Amino acid sequence: MLREDLDLTGAKVGCDTSQCGTCTVHLGGAAVKSCTVLAVQADGSTVRTVEDLAPDFEHLHPLQAAFVEHHGLQCGFCTPGMLLSALDLLARSPDPTDDEIRTAIHGNFCRCTGYQSIVDSIREGGRQMRGQRARSWSDARAAATPDPGADAGAAGAVASDDADAGVRSAPTTR
Amino acid sequence: MIPANFAYSRAQTLDEALELLAGADPSIRVLAGGQSLIPLMKLRLARPERLVDVGRLDELRGIRDRSDGSLAIGPLATWAELLADERVLSHGALADAIPMIGDVQVRNLGTIGGSLAHADPASDIAAAALALELELVAKSAARGERSIAAREFFVGPFETSVEPDEIVTELRLPAPGSSASAYRALPQPASGYPTAGVAVALVRAGAAPGRSGMEASAAWAGCTIGVTGVGEHPYRALDVERAVLDGTAFRGAVQAIARGQRVAADVHADREYRSAMAVIMARRAFEAAAARLD
Repeated sequence: MLREDLDLTGAKVGCDTSQCGTCTVHLGGAAVKSCTVLAVQADGSTVRTVEDLAPDFEHLHPLQAAFVEHHGLQCGFCTPGMLLSALDLLARSPDPTDDEIRTAIHGNFCRCTGYQSIVDSIREGGRQMRGQRARSWSDARAAATPDPGADAGAAGAVASDDADAGVRSAPTTR
Repeated sequence: MIPANFAYSRAQTLDEALELLAGADPSIRVLAGGQSLIPLMKLRLARPERLVDVGRLDELRGIRDRSDGSLAIGPLATWAELLADERVLSHGALADAIPMIGDVQVRNLGTIGGSLAHADPASDIAAAALALELELVAKSAARGERSIAAREFFVGPFETSVEPDEIVTELRLPAPGSSASAYRALPQPASGYPTAGVAVALVRAGAAPGRSGMEASAAWAGCTIGVTGVGEHPYRALDVERAVLDGTAFRGAVQAIARGQRVAADVHADREYRSAMAVIMARRAFEAAAARLD
């Protein structure tokens, strides 16, 4: 649904069985593996994909910039999931230890980097984000808790709260 | 990977969900967080004809204190919610086991009730549920509520004593009292599932004079042991427990931990290795639980 109906091709199809983590998106503010969520389960909830990090495709999110700077990617296939898992962590723990970072990306496989440069990127990205709180997702998370009673229209209203953060959000009613 | 066709019903109330299950049709499965069931459906190892989604039932959510000191855990509590609750983490076996389940994304959606009802023979939480003597409440439209002790709950691989017309509606976790517990497992490195996992809960002799079956010479007044990943389903190591309560040193008693079990063998671990690992994990869990009593 995300990739073919909504044309949000950032989240990748990797293992498709909840192992690899490259399909990670945020559902109601928390990182989840989208391959293991039925679209109908997300009905009325806010779904955020990696496209939301740099909506204009020019100004990278500080975490993305850190991945570029610290060689946090080679082929890039795992990167969308790495970014969204890292943002889930940084919202809970803005100044994480390396152990916390490794736990946070336990469900994301990278076959290129050996992970160390990803850990470096997340640590540095977190540092940048602490300096630029306006771009942090942590504020947006608070407004993004799922409302079980909400219909698709209400999900649009949730998204509009984040308008100045440039958030794009797609209710996944189907 | 696309699941076989299935129908989907989202229950708006628990009563509605129970009505949908009232025909006790085994081709209908209850969907909670979906973190076990959906991958199995995509692999077509599970082919339910209908899912009854209970994931939005507030009646099955939340964690609250009961008047007898136990904790009532809503089966839809996610691992992430449980990890954020001090009352849950006060149980050492849960504080040990929950971070070993899945990964962050799975723990954000996966639920304790869904996991228990799924009854994977290598479920981490099952060992803790057994050792902590969790009580599960199951409800049906026809017969109302009944309580199931954890040791009566797991009856086969992916099979529980919950009937097809029942839903697990509450988990009751006894207060730790004077006990301490721990869980130790040897995860298979790729899957994360335990090759062997053991939870042990202990009460020192003299600490709980009310407990029966206590010999004057025994060091332990309470000893419950839950084992996962070893037999056809998670089980209580009752022979070991009895020997320990009768005064046998744990180190010797634990040799019987897989006695009477059809120990699983696969490409990662044959029977002998898996049984040996069960002994070692039990010993480590015992030592960790005992250390938490000091």
